[in-house]
Amino acid sequence: MTEIELLSWLRGPGFQISVAIFVFGLVYRISQNLALGRKKNLAAPRGNSFSAGLNTIWRRSLFHEGMSYRGYFTLIAGYTFHLGFLVTLFFLSQHIIMFRSIFGFGWPALPPAIIDITALIGMAALVAVLIHRIQDPVLRKLSDYQDYLAWALTFLPLASGFMLVHPMEISYTLLLCLHIIFAEVLLIVIPFTKLSHMISIFIARWYNGAIAGYKGVQS
Amino acid sequence: MSKQQTLADILQQQGITRRGFLKFCTAMASLMALPPGMAPAIADALSKAMRPSVIWLSFQECTGCTESLTRSDKPTLESLILGAISLDYHHTLQAASGTAAEAAREQAMEQFFGKYLLIVDGSIPLKNNGAYSTIAGVSNLQMLQDVAKGAAAIVAVGTCAAFGGLPHANPNPTGAVPVTDIIKDKPVINVPGCPPIPVVITGVLAHYLTFGTIPDLDERHRPISFYGDNIHDRCYRRPFYDKGKFAKSFDDEGARKGWCLYELGCKGPTTHNACATVKWNGGVSFPIESGHPCLGCSEPDFWDAGSFYKPLAEPTVDASTIAGAAIAAGAAAGLGYGLYDHHKRKKAQQEHKKVTVEDLGDQT
Ligand code: SF4
Repeated sequence: MTEIELLSWLRGPGFQISVAIFVFGLVYRISQNLALGRKKNLAAPRGNSFSAGLNTIWRRSLFHEGMSYRGYFTLIAGYTFHLGFLVTLFFLSQHIIMFRSIFGFGWPALPPAIIDITALIGMAALVAVLIHRIQDPVLRKLSDYQDYLAWALTFLPLASGFMLVHPMEISYTLLLCLHIIFAEVLLIVIPFTKLSHMISIFIARWYNGAIAGYKGVQS
Repeated sequence: MSKQQTLADILQQQGITRRGFLKFCTAMASLMALPPGMAPAIADALSKAMRPSVIWLSFQECTGCTESLTRSDKPTLESLILGAISLDYHHTLQAASGTAAEAAREQAMEQFFGKYLLIVDGSIPLKNNGAYSTIAGVSNLQMLQDVAKGAAAIVAVGTCAAFGGLPHANPNPTGAVPVTDIIKDKPVINVPGCPPIPVVITGVLAHYLTFGTIPDLDERHRPISFYGDNIHDRCYRRPFYDKGKFAKSFDDEGARKGWCLYELGCKGPTTHNACATVKWNGGVSFPIESGHPCLGCSEPDFWDAGSFYKPLAEPTVDASTIAGAAIAAGAAAGLGYGLYDHHKRKKAQQEHKKVTVEDLGDQT
């Protein structure tokens, strides 16, 4: 198989397969979560559970007083990484071309110089959280292979993409193939690993808030 | 012209001065990525070189490669090199035809066995015993194998001979393959391109004439000096790419200002060729300079690599139908799981037996 053949496969059937598994997996996880339902609460409600749920989704994303140093680090590094990653994903012109072909519409891109910075920030934050995970004894004990897998799968698309837009001694076609492979593997594993938090985080937070809200407690 | 003549004799006959010849050699040295100091050595070797016999076989091709090499309206490096070889067989260019033509080929094969250069353009069909393309009743496969036996080296000119090209494109009805799929025991130099840059063809010939060896090749048998870089890394529009300035259509402001053609489907990033440096038509321009994205014609399977006008970042297929089906399937599977779980819980509830104090008492 030549590099161009591989690239054609990745832009064709490989893309379809990964999108199909990603969409199937995510919808399955959401509908399964919803279909499981909860036991009927026989107590009379003391507050609105729906809005309390929404409120919690929002409030859990904020800094709050009394956080430990570790808490601050996780929050700041987490935000930095997510911001770097998502801006790179959604505002690089090449990515917008891809989204336009999927959704039928696009949006303005950010200049490559800015995307360079967001990608670097994303990667730096990822490295920081990895070091933190390895150095912190508690965190290290809590980590399993999935945590490292999720880390690698988010780092690799960023790193290969960064190399792709800067002149390198490696074949562009090969790098592009690798970049797409990393992205497609990421899509495939998201629904079935901790990375499914891209959706489940909202469901989990909403449930937490809703339970508290039902009892008339502010969560 | 006698085959005993050296290139120096031929040049003298054509009225080319020593100075003009040295200029040509300097150009060749730079083309072949050799230090400029090599030019006199090239001149020396070239002027002493005997005219080698060349057999040119055309298989499943469109004659574009020959056109590319011969169509120039003034004496060029190409014609100079063509003058330096003895083209003993070439369907399109030779005067003889039919039996006489084949006899010329056979004579050259016999007389220069082990020494002649074989140039091939076009792919070789293998399906149905190669019935799709024959010359004088001989299949292309047979002829290639016969002529390759006595060749010193083989130059596969054009993407069809080098990688299968257009005849090899999906669904490849004739079972077309490139030269390297058939010839394994001889040095094969691939000079891909649809067509290849004429100077690149002659550069390879000049190298052979000068050093008697073949140039350094990459893993795809391409001369590194010409195919070492991709178009993108040498493209004069690259600064626009780096700044994110793209032409969005062929007649918008970006196109007029000469911005990068990536969004119009340019395959420069994935294409290895010398167009951006050597250029075409005597160095006038190359496709991107004329405002058209690179098609990637010198790469294997370029014809099957999605539309010429789809950007590299764009998927070549539509995923919306499949995504729609995946949503339905995912929802059905999730709800199915929910129902199953509901049923399981209900059953567990029904089968739940109340334990009384007596039951516990019995057990103790
Ligand atoms: S026009 Fe093509 S080769 Fe030139 S910089 Fe743009 S993408 Fe690269």
